[in-house]
Amino acid sequence: MLDLSFLPSGRGGAVTDLPDDQDDAQTFAMDAAAFSHPSFVLPSVADPVAWMKHQMSDAAENRIKMAKGTTTLAFKFKDGIIVAVDSRATGGTYIASQSVKKIIEINPYLLGTMAGGAADCSYWERELGRRCRVYELRNKERISVAAASKLLSNMVYAYKGMGLSMGTMVVGWDKTGPALFYVDSDGQRLKGDLFSVGSGSTFAYGVLDSGYHCNLSIEEAIDLGRRSIYHATFRDAASGGSVLIYHVRQDGWQVISRTDVTELHYQYAEEPRPSLL
Amino acid sequence: MEALFGITGKGFVLTASDTTMARSIVIMKHGEDKSRVLNKNTLMMYTGEAGDTVQFAEYVQRNVQLYGIRNGVPLSAHATASYTRRELAKALRTRNPYHVNLLIAGTDPKTETPELYWLDHMASMVKMPFAAQGYASYFCMSTMDRYWKPDMTLEEAKALMQKCIDELKIRFIASLPQFTIKIVDKDGIRDVQL
Repeated sequence: MLDLSFLPSGRGGAVTDLPDDQDDAQTFAMDAAAFSHPSFVLPSVADPVAWMKHQMSDAAENRIKMAKGTTTLAFKFKDGIIVAVDSRATGGTYIASQSVKKIIEINPYLLGTMAGGAADCSYWERELGRRCRVYELRNKERISVAAASKLLSNMVYAYKGMGLSMGTMVVGWDKTGPALFYVDSDGQRLKGDLFSVGSGSTFAYGVLDSGYHCNLSIEEAIDLGRRSIYHATFRDAASGGSVLIYHVRQDGWQVISRTDVTELHYQYAEEPRPSLL
Repeated sequence: MEALFGITGKGFVLTASDTTMARSIVIMKHGEDKSRVLNKNTLMMYTGEAGDTVQFAEYVQRNVQLYGIRNGVPLSAHATASYTRRELAKALRTRNPYHVNLLIAGTDPKTETPELYWLDHMASMVKMPFAAQGYASYFCMSTMDRYWKPDMTLEEAKALMQKCIDELKIRFIASLPQFTIKIVDKDGIRDVQL
């Protein structure tokens, strides 16, 4: 038999990395609560999942419509990560706002993007920010982007099928360098160099993929991000407003610009098409 | 549209999984490894519902690891597959079953017996000499029926795997440009090139 005496008794997992303070037990107890999933009161019906599905379907008497329609993108390159988003909020065919901030500043070195349900994104990314802070206080070290994105995916996975709607990119810089993760309300979590999310994502990919390479200069990268969002707002009725751009570097994120897409439209119209050969 | 393959040979299992992650009509990522190492000689490959796959695979992975730590003996491939099937079956009768299809490949490090288990989201489990998961099975089970024989060498198994992947490229409508190929034998789990 193996000697397992190093494992703490009375608890399932191997919690061997606790500091040596006297207050450990209490600290740990507090942390367990701090990291637990927030719980909501579910609809008091036999099957909340089926009930929610019905309320969101055409058959429902007072249908819940989700505010959707967005283009967001983020990509890594040699000098960090560019994050670019549009700013339109729609409710069905109605343009509810042209000035939404779809980049959420989780903390000074972590950004989250917003696509899908606006409330879901802002609530869960705020909750993520709180957890990242708890992690930082407890471990005296910043959380990695990989760990932060996994916290988010585990939180939303607990509510899978209950109507959450979010497609988000978690972006930041940690010990491993720049990091970019895609997380959605299915519980899917992907690490990658380039993502675009939202109803306009296919249009953004069309411009982004054809102009992307790792050795873009900062100016080129910013321009590519801005153009990709502009072209998506041109083709996708649910995207529009202005293009907001952030640049993530080793020392944290920086706001680059916010430009109205109408201005961009006339500016780009003046420019000649680039050569294909 | 995802594809998994496993082929047993003499003292090893050769596995292949496509690396495309798609959502709706968009390919979100190329180059994703759709497998988890359960212990030194057992590999689990997965396809299915987004989110469920990784959650389930990592859940099984940690419990198989825990078994090894508690007992000082690694869980065999057969026991791992049975445990996994039981977990799928338990979840099947709940409100949120795991929609995950799996291949579990293992080689006993002492007897060098290769084992390959096919499991689907309805918690069926079959031990097979070769297997495919997903639409790929419609194209490639016949190919493997035709060419597979017991105690194949690694070179033979690689050639058969290449035949299967080539068939997909010819006849399957979805593009699966890249596969991760691994070998599971007595020495552990390694990436290999075809």
